[in-house]
Amino acid sequence: MKIEDILKETYSALSANKIRTGLTMLGIVIGIASVIAMTAIGQGAQNSISSKINSIGANLVMVMPGAQRSFGGGPSAARGGAQSLTVADADAIQSEISNVAGVVREVSSRKQVVATGTNTNTSIMGTEPSYATVRNVAVDEGVFISSQNVLSGSKVAVLGPTARDDLFGADATGVVGQKIRISGAEYNVIGVTISKGGSGFGNADDMIFIPYTTAQRYLTGNKYLSEIDVSAVSSEASAQVQTDITTLLTTRHNIVDSTKIDFNTMNQADIIATASSVTGTFTSLLAAVAGISLIVGGIGIMNMMLTTVTERTREIGLRKAIGAKRKDINTQFLTEAIMLTFIGGALGVLLGWLISFGVSYLGILQAQVSLSSVLLAFGVSTVIGIVFGYYPAQHAASLNPIDALRYE
Amino acid sequence: MIEIKNITKVYKTGDVEYSALNGVSFTIKDGEFVAIMGPSGSGKSTLMHILGALDKPTAGTYFLDGKDVSTLSDNELADIRKEKIGFVFQSFNLLPRTTVLRNVMLPLIYEGINKEERTKKAEMVLELAGLDKQHFLHLSNQLSGGQIQRVAIARALVNDPSLILADEPTGNLDSKTSEIVLGTFQRLNEEHGRTIILITHEPDVARHADRILFIKDGLLVEDSSSHAKTKLNNKK
Repeated sequence: MKIEDILKETYSALSANKIRTGLTMLGIVIGIASVIAMTAIGQGAQNSISSKINSIGANLVMVMPGAQRSFGGGPSAARGGAQSLTVADADAIQSEISNVAGVVREVSSRKQVVATGTNTNTSIMGTEPSYATVRNVAVDEGVFISSQNVLSGSKVAVLGPTARDDLFGADATGVVGQKIRISGAEYNVIGVTISKGGSGFGNADDMIFIPYTTAQRYLTGNKYLSEIDVSAVSSEASAQVQTDITTLLTTRHNIVDSTKIDFNTMNQADIIATASSVTGTFTSLLAAVAGISLIVGGIGIMNMMLTTVTERTREIGLRKAIGAKRKDINTQFLTEAIMLTFIGGALGVLLGWLISFGVSYLGILQAQVSLSSVLLAFGVSTVIGIVFGYYPAQHAASLNPIDALRYE
Repeated sequence: MIEIKNITKVYKTGDVEYSALNGVSFTIKDGEFVAIMGPSGSGKSTLMHILGALDKPTAGTYFLDGKDVSTLSDNELADIRKEKIGFVFQSFNLLPRTTVLRNVMLPLIYEGINKEERTKKAEMVLELAGLDKQHFLHLSNQLSGGQIQRVAIARALVNDPSLILADEPTGNLDSKTSEIVLGTFQRLNEEHGRTIILITHEPDVARHADRILFIKDGLLVEDSSSHAKTKLNNKK
């Protein structure tokens, strides 16, 4: 039997009962579409989380003070509460560790800020010029903190867009040159940064940047740093930089017992890896749920094929009587099942892609349909056709022509 | 040429054995028109299944054109049916919602013959079976009983078989259409030399044949070959 003839027989068999064919196919369409859409959404979520983490800064290693521990096993203060990082530590990192692209000294605190009648409570980030490059912050208006500002400990401030909105009204212009008061002292606004997006804790937009020397003198009143951000030259180098920092600071802080380390380091690559594994699990879960609907669709195919074989028993008998072999009958019914799932799969890919497109278009998430998920969906739907079509086709092929011809 | 020797067929259902044929022997030459008659339960259907290579005898031999068919595998039997036998059934067994032409072509599809050739052949045998050209592209369910049976006869002819087996071909037709259909068989036999075996329980139908084999209780009880010979001689 020629392939062309098999396809023609299949077409006429499937089009004989269009509603039933359509409904059976719908099961596969929904199954495949949900697999495609779910993996696309999962992939989109993963990309979005990775890019958000990357926007914090490239190849970042963060060094934070550890928990304050009193001698003799007293209560431990919060992690990061210890005063253990100094400007000298940062200097040492900068001069002694290789593959370091930039070091940022940070002194952060939370203060009430007042400007011409309005006030807000926001993060004050005492920092230095390298912050802008290491943390990917750009200035929209005015300038960022200069080395001169840091050296002289001048009372200048750069506002994040959210802080600007809170103090001067939404999208206020001409803010540069205005004055704000932080903890009673007056600061000159010298710039406003470009919005980075994000929300919640550590929102880069809801911040006021001042020189770290100024922050030490007027806000914290001590010589310690609350964080040192180190940017490595490449993401591969960041792990080594992290290890080197740990070794260096352990020596500098005279720590003998490694359980008593008074600082923490965090590598951005680790955060991305952790977040990716979380979203990866999430994607697999979504795909598994979608996969179940695919199996249900497959059972629908099997059900329809068994019904078809029963309905067409006499036809099978006739075909056998005029010379069709087991193989011919088997091929015919298997082709019908595969054709059902294949067309269903194609429509499912289309629908899944439309759903992903819709999700992206509505701005919910930048869903990403991967070629591998499309190929996988096609492969799976064809395999489903074979698996769930096999038994009905075998059943049809094994019918005895005499009994089949007599079947009422 | 059909040679059947001592054919028996025993059906087993559990422990119960039922013997449908108890040693039937006969020979049918090419170009004969034979009716196999017998009451229901006589074993004539079983005999037809064996003659049609749909079933194998329990014992005995069946030579079709010099080839022993009684020992072949299922696939080899399918090839015999495809190449040497044409079936006409009581219940027509045309594919529904399918054109007349495609129904007739069906056996050729399994032979892998290309479209042009099989269309040509199908049109030829349809004309031979006496169906008007205007019906060729009609769907099988748009035809009358007599027309349907002529399509079925055309389908039986399309593979140019050595033997046409008609199982109660007029069982579902009124007497007028029956005459037309039986006339078609006669014409195919007389004018085109086709070997035809007609299975029936009606004497009126059997009368159209040149020779009648009468089966009863699984045995051949009467063979009117002498009468057939006379008739054949008269024809000449």
